[in-house]
Amino acid sequence: MSALAEALPLAVSFDFLTAWDFWIGVGVLAGVYGIFTLGLQLNVGYTGIINFGQAGFMAMGAYSAIILIVDLGIPTVFALLLSTLITMAAGLLIGVSSLRLRADYFAIATIAFAEIIRLTARNARDLTGGNQGTISIELDNDRFYTDGWFEISNWVRDNLLDPIGLGGSEFGSLPLLILVWGVLALLVVVLNRLIATPWGRVLRAVREDEDAARALGKNAVAYKLQSLAIASALGATSGWLLALSLESVNQDVFDPLFTFIGYGILVLGGLASFAGVMVGSVILWTVLEGMRFLDLPLAADKVAALRFVLVGLILILLMAFRPQGIFGKREEMVIGD
Amino acid sequence: MEAGTVQVEGRAGIVRRAAGAAGARPGATALVILTLLAVILAAAYGINSFAQTSVNGVISGSYIALGAIGLTLVYGILKLVNFAHGDMLTFGAYVALLFNVTIGLPLVVALLVAIVATAAIGVLLELAMWRPMRRKGAGMLQLLLMAIGLAFVLRNGIQIAAGTQPQRLDVNVTTSIEFLGLSIGRTELIVVVVGIAVLLGVALMVRHSSLGRQMRALSDNFDLAETTGIDTGRVVIITWILAAGLAGLAGVLVVAAQGRLSPNTGFFLLLPMFAAVILGGIGNVYGALAGGMVIGLSQEWTTLFWATEWKVVVSFAVLILVLIVRPQGIFGQERTL
Repeated sequence: MSALAEALPLAVSFDFLTAWDFWIGVGVLAGVYGIFTLGLQLNVGYTGIINFGQAGFMAMGAYSAIILIVDLGIPTVFALLLSTLITMAAGLLIGVSSLRLRADYFAIATIAFAEIIRLTARNARDLTGGNQGTISIELDNDRFYTDGWFEISNWVRDNLLDPIGLGGSEFGSLPLLILVWGVLALLVVVLNRLIATPWGRVLRAVREDEDAARALGKNAVAYKLQSLAIASALGATSGWLLALSLESVNQDVFDPLFTFIGYGILVLGGLASFAGVMVGSVILWTVLEGMRFLDLPLAADKVAALRFVLVGLILILLMAFRPQGIFGKREEMVIGD
Repeated sequence: MEAGTVQVEGRAGIVRRAAGAAGARPGATALVILTLLAVILAAAYGINSFAQTSVNGVISGSYIALGAIGLTLVYGILKLVNFAHGDMLTFGAYVALLFNVTIGLPLVVALLVAIVATAAIGVLLELAMWRPMRRKGAGMLQLLLMAIGLAFVLRNGIQIAAGTQPQRLDVNVTTSIEFLGLSIGRTELIVVVVGIAVLLGVALMVRHSSLGRQMRALSDNFDLAETTGIDTGRVVIITWILAAGLAGLAGVLVVAAQGRLSPNTGFFLLLPMFAAVILGGIGNVYGALAGGMVIGLSQEWTTLFWATEWKVVVSFAVLILVLIVRPQGIFGQERTL
């Protein structure tokens, strides 16, 4: 067997199937980017606005919460509430200024916004820690944004998980996985309800035919703004959860390119389906992270590049041959022209 | 219905007022603002350091403009927002690197090979991807995401093939020419001269030749151009040869001027190029030239009072500002909105 494995450059090791900590990590990522992509789904799939700046909202949510907690010592719950409001305000500001633009201009404006946020996070070192990451401002203030969560997480591990035999170190991130997927599932239920309300129907009317919605006396711009504000709040939520899982963040984890991981999830799961986002996220992250276990004859940075080649191919092939995605509804696919 | 109409007019009115006097003669107004800025900066920071940053601005402006031409032609004629255009620059630069450094041919030969190879890629992608998608009547989101997918594949494919190590072309980056107390690298001077000469050549061609008229006809109204007997297939192919070939040239010039090349080089120029395109009005070659210069100059002028690391942020801010105040660009007409 081992001789065979050596003979095959592409041999796969099967140890990974039992690497619990690894798969819990994949699950956390899938959940975080699932929440991230719910915002894109609301914008693209249900409202027909092309938001390319979701990574910027993610960054704003994470950084503003961390700065509020670490620098100003505001209790975590209030900090999270405040950071969500700040991010929504940013979303509204971008919407008010740019939503009247053509869809392609709006896409470019939002990606420029996300890049401005990333570069500001890199350059404003006193505030964000810059390249060093937020750990440097945490050490300066001797206050860590993860403290509150670790207390809860440890309590859950000692009192709930240990008794059922899941207390080992390989299950260390299990409470976070439960939290992330609990939030994601809750949001999917809430968003599905929301879309079924009269408000949701107007949203879809705006997507199908903005002028017709206007003719019926609906303020289309106001609906688009609300859609964008909710998406930015979802981005902020995912940013906070990502920060919890990474324990210190720098600007690179919010690269605008990650918005397109979200689009990969979106088109895999299908347009106009919130549940599809969950499936798409699990598929994409399993494939992306699972590639680590392929014994490829490549250096680590090249394997990382190969993952993005894969995301690119997924986007190209799905858009060419199945633009509504795997679970998307063809009749709900209005993606601009 | 009436309320909706009034609202639309109300917003347009706000935009017009925000643009101020720019409404009447936007080109002249922009020039006046730029001159005013120049005088203020020269007075505040001394004529010499102002002139030196201006020289640097013209250098980066010339390759941004050169890259922006291809972007604006494809955007105008095919209504394709080519997010992969930056990576076409990178591709050209790596082809030149291969022939210049690895194989050891003179830079001029490597440059020609790079232009031909990049043009060939452009045509290949048109035939394999963009033309079939146009025939299918693909929507905007489909094309946007395919272009982004293509950008991922190109950039990370290059990274897998060539690695992430910054590379250098075999050019002289140390000799510089001094005049009137200003200094410009010998290679940089060549880059500016070649860049601007090619830019003006292309602009004259698009303005005055029969081919250029056909291209502008396609840009105005593709279907109408086709019914008047223009061989649109041929014009589109020539457009790609021009756009991609110029991207290859721009890529080599960027690397010659900056002195280093990495797989991200072209991608980092994408948003500045978009800024130049939108500033100049989509499809407008002279506009791309002027827009590129404005972006290059404003980036370098910023270094007079802010740290260098902020200069890219300025071009993104200019991009968003232009989109908000005058989305049709300085030279664009109202109809391009």
